[in-house]
Amino acid sequence: MKLSVEEVSNVAVLARLALCEEEKQRLTGHLNEIIEHFSRLQDLDTADVEPTDRVLPVVNVYREDGARPGLPREAVLAGAPEASDCAFIVPRVVDTADGK
Amino acid sequence: MTSDTQTMAQAGPYEAVIGMEVHAELLTESKMFCACSAEFGGEPNTRCCPVCLGLPGSLPVANRKAVEFVVKAASALNCRINRATFFHRKNYFYPDLPKAYQVTQYGDTPIGIHGWIQIETPEGGVKRIGIRRVHLEEDTGKLMHVSPLTSEVDYNRSGVPLMEIVTEHDPRAGFDQINTAAEAREYLVQLRAILTCLGVCDGKMEEGSLRCEPNISVRPAGSATYGTRTELKNLNSFRAVFRGIEYEVRRQIETITSGGKVVHETRRWDDENGVTATMRGKELEQEYRYFPEPDLLPFTFEESYIEAVRGGLPELPSQKKLRFCERGLSDADAATLTQDMALAGFFEQAAEIHGDWGKVATWVLGDFLRLLNQSGADVAGAGVTPESLAAMIRLVEDGTISGKIAKSVFEEMFKTGKSAREIVEASGQTQISDEGELLDVVRRVISENERIAADFRGGKEKSLGFLVGQVMKHTGGRANPGLVNTLLRRELQQAD
Repeated sequence: MKLSVEEVSNVAVLARLALCEEEKQRLTGHLNEIIEHFSRLQDLDTADVEPTDRVLPVVNVYREDGARPGLPREAVLAGAPEASDCAFIVPRVVDTADGK
Repeated sequence: MTSDTQTMAQAGPYEAVIGMEVHAELLTESKMFCACSAEFGGEPNTRCCPVCLGLPGSLPVANRKAVEFVVKAASALNCRINRATFFHRKNYFYPDLPKAYQVTQYGDTPIGIHGWIQIETPEGGVKRIGIRRVHLEEDTGKLMHVSPLTSEVDYNRSGVPLMEIVTEHDPRAGFDQINTAAEAREYLVQLRAILTCLGVCDGKMEEGSLRCEPNISVRPAGSATYGTRTELKNLNSFRAVFRGIEYEVRRQIETITSGGKVVHETRRWDDENGVTATMRGKELEQEYRYFPEPDLLPFTFEESYIEAVRGGLPELPSQKKLRFCERGLSDADAATLTQDMALAGFFEQAAEIHGDWGKVATWVLGDFLRLLNQSGADVAGAGVTPESLAAMIRLVEDGTISGKIAKSVFEEMFKTGKSAREIVEASGQTQISDEGELLDVVRRVISENERIAADFRGGKEKSLGFLVGQVMKHTGGRANPGLVNTLLRRELQQAD
């Protein structure tokens, strides 16, 4: 499997990354090297191995329903790159026709 | 009705296939994966913690009640409950979720699969609408677009437990499809009745606790393949659901018949202008890069647990409706009463106390429902109780008040919480059934309206109505109408 420059451009759009043409070319090369490295795993015969999506043999962990106060709002907003006195401020990402 | 017919007429050889994706916020006290309050409202960003803000190092733990609510709802929707289930991450970059992914359930093992709801179509038929899946996920935060360049984000809703219910459109599953806007609305009405009956969701569409995103496609009637579908958002009422779908079906048919192509996209319903408009192209499913959520452990349900939940289900709206019909109510009346459990409960209590289910239904579906709608109050907040309604109807029956006065008495009961007897006694509105007292008025009315009296004697039966009206006017509406009728006839004939 090999990624094309178009695929990398599309992933960049989904990740809201603005890449210039040179970056797309360079990153396509990098990503393909990574993929190639991982694709060696395909050489292993896993026909008799159960899929493992979890490593802990634990199930059914719950908390009981009950509300507690959250963080003070100053603390909530403290880590934000930009905030008003009550909300996070983000660049406007409107649901436009192309989703960008 | 008119608009239905119009769609049918314009649809011509086309049929619509409508899939319903409904999101219901669960009525838990706390959020899905943390202990922040899940209650509606609150000052922005005051119900947040490291978990629902997606801060590094925080770990989610599932809310037991939310899981139970979904098992309950899925059972009531006739679903098969998967014995083992787990969460996935749905990855996307949009600031309504701070983690850049939503915790949800993907694939073949959501909590509930393969269920159904029965609906009645406007034509009087019955359809069994399949439900493909019922799963649990988390709600997102709210974006407010405050300026051309920036948006404000409030994460109070982020992480509130959300149940998603998706209909089955594959005919191989053996269920009926939703084909019209009216059927889609009916499906939603039934679904809402079930969820509110179970107490798992408050069903308030205007507050967004129940949201519906239909996907719509059209195809030549009888075709085996589907047309390209669009998804509709921003439907905040039953009316909007109906109008939005109807508009979209028509738009797609017009697009196709005029040689165009329907584009796979999300469209936003504009309620004010009654149109849908392009919102955004859909990200392809695989681009969400779903994978099992590593921070949460799977759930397994014992058969005994599933049985216990099923056994503990309350009487569902459809069962209640049948029972009401057995007590002599019409299908339509029983259907309206059982769409709202509070209303159904109120009605049933009043009917039990009074004994005449039909009479009580008339008051509950007529004046009570009208006053509830006018005032915006809910059943519990109204001044009338089942006991006080039953007592008022008895006052009408024993002739203490007339049916007409009962209407205004009921309105005052609704507003003040007083009993009918208190109101009637305070205002002297008791019905006049005393023959002597009425006879004076009757004679006066006849002498004041000699020409009309003569008309009646001349065979114009209708004239009596006018004279009855005059007696009512003179007595402030308190005269016993039956007695007035008898007395008028007697007096008019005697004077002959």
